Amino acid sequence: MSLSPEARKVLTEPLIGNNPITLQILGICSALAVTSSMKTALLMAVGLTTVTAFSNAFISAVRNHTPGSIRIIVQMTIIASLVIVVDQLMKAYAFSTAKQLSVFVGLIITNCIVMGRAEAYAMQNPPGISFLDGIGNGLGYSIILVGVAFVRELFGAGSLFGYELLTLTKHGGWYTPNSLLLLPPSAFFLIGLLIWIIRTKYPAQQEVHDFKIHEKHGLGNR
Amino acid sequence: MSLVRQFLDMPNDSKQKTFIVALLLCLVCSVAVSAAAVALKPVQDTNKLLDKKRNILQIAGLEQPGKSVEEAFQQVEAKVVDLQTGDYVDGVNADTFDARAASVDPKQNVVLTKEQDIASIKRRAKYATVYLVKDAQGKVEKLILPIHGYGLWSTLYGFLALKGDANTVVGMGFYEHAETPGLGGEVDNPAWKDLWKDKQVFNANGEVALRVMKGAAPAGDPKAVHEIDALSGATLTSRGVDNLVHFWMGENGFAPYLQKFRTNPQGGGV
Repeated sequence: MSLSPEARKVLTEPLIGNNPITLQILGICSALAVTSSMKTALLMAVGLTTVTAFSNAFISAVRNHTPGSIRIIVQMTIIASLVIVVDQLMKAYAFSTAKQLSVFVGLIITNCIVMGRAEAYAMQNPPGISFLDGIGNGLGYSIILVGVAFVRELFGAGSLFGYELLTLTKHGGWYTPNSLLLLPPSAFFLIGLLIWIIRTKYPAQQEVHDFKIHEKHGLGNR
Repeated sequence: MSLVRQFLDMPNDSKQKTFIVALLLCLVCSVAVSAAAVALKPVQDTNKLLDKKRNILQIAGLEQPGKSVEEAFQQVEAKVVDLQTGDYVDGVNADTFDARAASVDPKQNVVLTKEQDIASIKRRAKYATVYLVKDAQGKVEKLILPIHGYGLWSTLYGFLALKGDANTVVGMGFYEHAETPGLGGEVDNPAWKDLWKDKQVFNANGEVALRVMKGAAPAGDPKAVHEIDALSGATLTSRGVDNLVHFWMGENGFAPYLQKFRTNPQGGGV
């Protein structure tokens, strides 16, 4: 691989070091909604990565001629068009999974990761490297999504990609699934735990407190 | 080329450039979006049809492991019925007849009066496609009827599968709707759809007695054969389902057909 250091940085940094979900806390909504099974999570991850990469590239290509006054609308229009194209492609080639994703593909438009990368990176950098930045951030999102979906589907339904790995009691096996994991709140717990683990390992990610609670002294017994 | 040069050299924030950029962007994006939509339409339509067939098989419990949808669908016979008279219609191809397109065609539809229109669909096609599954002797085992009606946000399209007695429910389900996921969207919940199994649509007097209601009678109660527990948190969707079942099983729906079907279970109608 003969990637420039900058290219390597934008590709690998969002995976753990600057992950859009666990560090920037973006795109949580869809991460809760589509991670109940591996299939939906994977399709959503592919969709978002594609949209982020191409929107970054296109927005970057027109960045020098985008009037500042309509900047956000230009970005939105490009992103929205890409999302519609991706949605149409999914309906054509992955119909049943696309049906489960329902409204969430359309909601990629409002996913903060796409807008965030367009505004923070693509507006300042050339198309090629912006494209890679989109891929990197899309992969960072995908890792978390697929990881969470792995735990949720394996322990919530005893299967992966619909194939039963842990034989369920209702099919005469030994495993009683934890159905809390199939409900969206469980993703909150999982993502919370992930953030905790990552920030313990990389203390640099811990945020400085905005306010410090005062020690109670010198106030008397009020 | 000099025009392009001139455009590129304009200051970014000038009014002209803002307008031209906005216009060009809209043009390019709309061409891309419509090209994708038009080019992918045939594939999507095939998928939709396949999905409909898969739903028919699922609702009627006809899925066979190891067989594709098309193969399993061979056992199903589609026929077009005139809803008014209850007779089969010859000369209309059941595979291509599209009741949804027909319902908005003034030549092929019936406008419903307010009293008739309990499912809030305003008009229905004169004809409907029914699906029959016959046993080896040619006796109808299962009868699958298309139903639709308004829920809370959307029209729900689905099927009701009945046994050969044209009364006992085999299954019910919707293949297209846009109800709230998690609330009205629970009409897709397999556990709820299981409640429909073995219910009776008609009571001893031949009236539609099947109801979707809050606090349905518990199993063992004589009323339980007609009552289905509504979805919690989805009162209006449940009411919509209740209404559409009443409509399609009633006089303006399949009642004339079902009447003829019962007198001649070999195939019903004429």
